[in-house]
Amino acid sequence: MGNSDRRSRTVKVGYLARVEGEGGLYVKVQGGEVVDVRLDIFEPPRFFEAFLRGRDFREAPDITARICGICPVAYQMSAVHALERALGVNVDGQLRNLRRLLYCGEWIESHALHVTLLHAPDFLGYADGIQMAREHRDAVERGLQLKKAGNEIMTLIGGREVHPINVRVGGFYRVPTRDELRPLEERLKVARDTALEMVRWTAAFTFPELETDYEFVALRHPNEYPFNDGRIVSSKGLNVTAAEFEEYFEEQHVAHSNALHAILKGHGAYLVGPLARYNLNFDRLSPLAQEAARSTGLGATCLNPFRSVIVRAVEILYACDEALRLIAAYEAPDFPAVELSPRAAAGAACTEAPRGMLYHGYRIAADGSILSAKIVPPTSQNQKTMEADLRAFVQSHIDLPKREMRLSCEQVVRNHDPCISCATHFLRLDLDRSEA
Amino acid sequence: MIGPFDYQKNLVVGVGNADRGDDGIGLWVAARLRERNLPGLAVRELRGDPLRLLDAWANVDQVFVVDASFSGRMPGSVQRFDVTHKSLVAGNSRFSSHGAGVGNAVELGRALNRLPSRLVIIAIEGKDFRCGAAISPGVKKGARRAMELILRKLTISGQEPQACMNGR
Repeated sequence: MGNSDRRSRTVKVGYLARVEGEGGLYVKVQGGEVVDVRLDIFEPPRFFEAFLRGRDFREAPDITARICGICPVAYQMSAVHALERALGVNVDGQLRNLRRLLYCGEWIESHALHVTLLHAPDFLGYADGIQMAREHRDAVERGLQLKKAGNEIMTLIGGREVHPINVRVGGFYRVPTRDELRPLEERLKVARDTALEMVRWTAAFTFPELETDYEFVALRHPNEYPFNDGRIVSSKGLNVTAAEFEEYFEEQHVAHSNALHAILKGHGAYLVGPLARYNLNFDRLSPLAQEAARSTGLGATCLNPFRSVIVRAVEILYACDEALRLIAAYEAPDFPAVELSPRAAAGAACTEAPRGMLYHGYRIAADGSILSAKIVPPTSQNQKTMEADLRAFVQSHIDLPKREMRLSCEQVVRNHDPCISCATHFLRLDLDRSEA
Repeated sequence: MIGPFDYQKNLVVGVGNADRGDDGIGLWVAARLRERNLPGLAVRELRGDPLRLLDAWANVDQVFVVDASFSGRMPGSVQRFDVTHKSLVAGNSRFSSHGAGVGNAVELGRALNRLPSRLVIIAIEGKDFRCGAAISPGVKKGARRAMELILRKLTISGQEPQACMNGR
């Protein structure tokens, strides 16, 4: 293909690979200008918000966990916090710490899988993680070891590694003894060293140039790197509570996507996820995680979405470190859950899923039945920004050969670890280059 | 969690989801074999992440993984794939965060030199995969044939496996 052909073409990826859910990609270039970009989400609608109507509020964490097989804890956590706020209950102390520990497990297993088997092949030039494993065996073994450590936390605290069954509104059904947590300590000390090696490994990748001007949105807590708690803040001045989410954020339907696009009212597209958390909360990372990030040259701010692979590795390191801190301070609470009684009320909460901030809002009736539910997953929130990234990347690399362009466009999407089933499996890329 | 054995001669792993009708047939086979309490045969059930197979079969000589298939064949029909030296997956794998399947786990194990000495996939064709459905009678019939097939192939107490009377 000559340069003139490249200035007018269509890039089309019919089915995106190494993402979760069903989606495709279409980019149209006319006379050297990108004129249309669409992240097509054709995964069928899933209707969870409607399923919840009429169900008892206590069922919400188990129903919503089924939205995602890789980040069920996020759905459980946002659900329980929103409902506890509705019922005027605060779950604190070791129960809160156990929730944070469970979240550490989910971040470790989800990020380890994405970094190693889904994202790294893009940087190292392999079609998939299995082909990469033949030549990068140690790196893949490290990823699997980390994933296993995360799964072990999920199993111990959550009752099982996929779709945990031990989370309830008010706390847990059963809490572990201190002795039960002890074997995790040794495993996590090894995992922490492994995570540090992963940070160094990812930092050595070659990264395409792409500087962005995102509005980052994440939770921010007075003294913690955010999992369950904090105000919603942005890099452009937003600072609100989860109860105010619907006043400031809006979901819009677009014809080419079965997932709603979220915007920040008056601002437009924004980004949630590891990059947003990192840029807004670098000072809340543990000293070890900060030091590891600095040693890679990442600094406190990272604007290149391709480098999000390093940020995920740093977050794994942090989650191992934090899990060890939580375990060291653990004393089994006297009760596994706080008692609560239903009342007519409304409540909302955001927590930080591995892929970014996840909003749940509920209205419940006096008998505890759910009147309405609203769930805004991170991938919905990031769709507009993923399209903007594609537009910026194609525009600034307009002369790339077709195959490279297609692979790079897929990588641009994978930078954000989209979960299309939460909001799609992988990607068809249509790149349309035609004369203006 | 499924940890590695110190050493085990034979292992059957039933894979599936007991809440999705015939998808639970691998688990059903594992439960029936466990009831027989056969010497020299370990049995495991895998309901979650298929990548756990790599730990499940570590230090085992001969492994049978039993799972449901949906290939358009007659419900209850049994297929046997010896994947010790031959791939089950054609072309690039569709590895996703949710979509890693038994085939991905086998190929990842091969890439990492983490396959047992002999690995056989037994696929029992399912019919009804609806949530909450019971296992179809015809599929259970196929599962009994699959169990006979496995039992004939076991290496127990140093004996050589018996000849397979019905390999397909």
